Amino acid sequence: MAIFEYAAAPESVRPKIREQYGLFIDGGWAAPEGAEYFPTINPANEEHLALVGQATAADVDSAVRAARKAYDKYWRKMKPADRAKYIYRIARAITERSRELAVLETLDGGKPIKEARDFDIPTAAAHFQYYAGWADKLEWAMRAGQAPDPLGVCGQIVPWNFPLLMAAWKLAPALACGNTVVLKPAETTPLTALALAQIIRECDLPPGVVNVVTGDGRTGAALVEHPDVDKIAFTGSTEVGKIIARSLAGTGKRLTLELGGKAANIVFADAPMDQAIEGIVNGIYFNQGHVCCAGSRLLVEERAHEEVIVRLTERIQTLRLGDPMDKNTDIGAINSREQLDRIKELVGSGIDQGATLVQQQCELPGKGFFFPASFFTNVQTSHRIAREEIFGPVLSVLTFRTPEEAIEKANNTPYGLSAGIWTDKGSKNMWVAGQLRAGVVWCNTFNQFDPTSPFGGFRESGFGREGGVHGLREYLAH
Amino acid sequence: MLATQPLIPYVAVDAVMLEARAASLAKRSIKTTAKRAGIDLAIRCMDLTTLEGRDSEGKVRSLCAKAMTPRPGWPGVPSVAAVCVYPNLVAIAKDALRGSTVKVASVATSFPSGLADLSIKLADTEQAISAGADEIDMVIDRGAFLSGYERKVFDEILAVKAVCGDRAHLKVILETGELGSYENTRRASDLALEAGADTIKTSTGKVGTNATFPTALVMCEAIRDFARRTGQRRGLKVAGGVKTTKQALTYLVIVNETLGPQWLDPDLFRIGASTLLDDLLMQLEKLDTGSYAGADYIPKD
Repeated sequence: MAIFEYAAAPESVRPKIREQYGLFIDGGWAAPEGAEYFPTINPANEEHLALVGQATAADVDSAVRAARKAYDKYWRKMKPADRAKYIYRIARAITERSRELAVLETLDGGKPIKEARDFDIPTAAAHFQYYAGWADKLEWAMRAGQAPDPLGVCGQIVPWNFPLLMAAWKLAPALACGNTVVLKPAETTPLTALALAQIIRECDLPPGVVNVVTGDGRTGAALVEHPDVDKIAFTGSTEVGKIIARSLAGTGKRLTLELGGKAANIVFADAPMDQAIEGIVNGIYFNQGHVCCAGSRLLVEERAHEEVIVRLTERIQTLRLGDPMDKNTDIGAINSREQLDRIKELVGSGIDQGATLVQQQCELPGKGFFFPASFFTNVQTSHRIAREEIFGPVLSVLTFRTPEEAIEKANNTPYGLSAGIWTDKGSKNMWVAGQLRAGVVWCNTFNQFDPTSPFGGFRESGFGREGGVHGLREYLAH
Repeated sequence: MLATQPLIPYVAVDAVMLEARAASLAKRSIKTTAKRAGIDLAIRCMDLTTLEGRDSEGKVRSLCAKAMTPRPGWPGVPSVAAVCVYPNLVAIAKDALRGSTVKVASVATSFPSGLADLSIKLADTEQAISAGADEIDMVIDRGAFLSGYERKVFDEILAVKAVCGDRAHLKVILETGELGSYENTRRASDLALEAGADTIKTSTGKVGTNATFPTALVMCEAIRDFARRTGQRRGLKVAGGVKTTKQALTYLVIVNETLGPQWLDPDLFRIGASTLLDDLLMQLEKLDTGSYAGADYIPKD
């Protein structure tokens, strides 16, 4: 045993999880019409957590009707400053129950408790806090002096990688602008959205302003296709995003899409190298790489390639993979068996196509879904691992010789969500950033989020922005 | 050649991710067996220090007794690594520590400012070693460093190192609180390591900003890169403002995860502190008995 081996440091709080969850419609809990339930499990040990209702088209219809009624009866008529009070109340309640919510997020989704605790939950609260402040200042969000109208009923579909945070990103601006919402959380991670529904109930929001319907893709499809929904906001895969876009075409419904990515993280030879390595690690291994804006394509200037590989190989050995509930865990569980299989399939393709795999040397837990921190060298731009989104802790390392080549390679993807640039030279940073076709470009840092800052994609990474004043415009009629 | 010609290659450091990394290391949760091992290690790596104008023979003898037996009547509590005093008090410390494993460290080279003629700095060093110092904690000339006269800083370290020879271990204090940026701290670290410092040390404890987590991290990175380049292991000493067990454990985490567990040894890592020992002993007792002893149960030095 090493001289200073970290002892187990498990998070001790265990939130109460009900055996079975219904749907949150019109301010109360309702059993799904088909009386069908599905299990949600802990991906770190495959243990059953709870049964969750499978909402049918009829349930979605009830939820949309409740939302419409709440929109007409209460929410659109309410004084904006009063709407703000409710949203502030949600922000405070999330903060007060942050530990419980963090544990729930980790149990249901597999992310390390330190990330749920220090990132997901505080940032979710911050979004409610930020948008609450906008509720009575909306005339300054569009053209100054003109009070804009809300859209009506919004259907919001969120993914499994940041379940509560993505719900907050969508709910907070929608509510601040005076819309009512039907929210559909991801099938594998419904628990924090259901806890949020309970919080919203306790915050005494008028019934029907927020409704939560759980279920698989059928529930999402029913929400998208419902004729009385005015807007759909979706975060998830590009594949599903395209289906939604086709389905909404010609209906007059508004749509925003936050889809996949294959972000370039560009490291120049003059970069602050130790910090660049931290940025690379954060960019791809944060949340097991289940991040749409993950820096999954590392573009390194050829003269720095050897140094980066040596340092990165050393650094990934110090990552601690294991029980997500341990406060010292850096890499938790892959969200589902399905996702683990997809990662393995793509990693297999990388090996088959001739790339070289480097992995963290560690024992994987016997149960649960885990994949070690990995990266590929000798990657060619034509390889699948250089083009397709892996959505796991797997980085593809490519090289470039000149800044022009870096920009060309960075933009050579159908996606365009985020990018990173590492150089000690400010002028180069700004010049490169200006030419990258990506919604967010981080300079000498990565994965920085703030409610005041807009986030969103180019091309197949989607359209529309979340966060900041830009995020309001997606929920207001012009 | 310019008088301010850079001696060594420039290494870029960026504050944002450096501080983020240090903050994430500070969040490691060190509990139960790890906490006990960490406290034991922190005691074994400690330079128990008194550097005040009012230091006297009595004060130093009292400190030395505590250094050898930090917790009388509690078996298994190790001695500290060294006692750190002014050159005038080295002989007394040496005498008080006779027969123990505790070393005598002496600040020298016109501590804390380092603004004296080189001949005086060398004489100061020689006097401390002659009086029995096992280790010399020298200060660099920050004025020269900041105005670009790196050669002067480098040559002074080289000269002090020559006086130390194989008689004394040389720690070079960068006084990072006066250097103004992490980049300068990195550069001063590289300079000191190239000039032959056995250990690089953050601070004198005499200015507003002493050791911080990001500062320790950037110095660890310099030591790690030096080892990669030369195969030689050099040490780190953090000093000033380290008062709590939690801080001490975080420094151990930073060293552990940046340099590796082989650096967790009094030969390669030191914490310079005067009051930290009391908190370590209190936490140790808490681990043993489940409750905190009153401060009056801890011997004051």
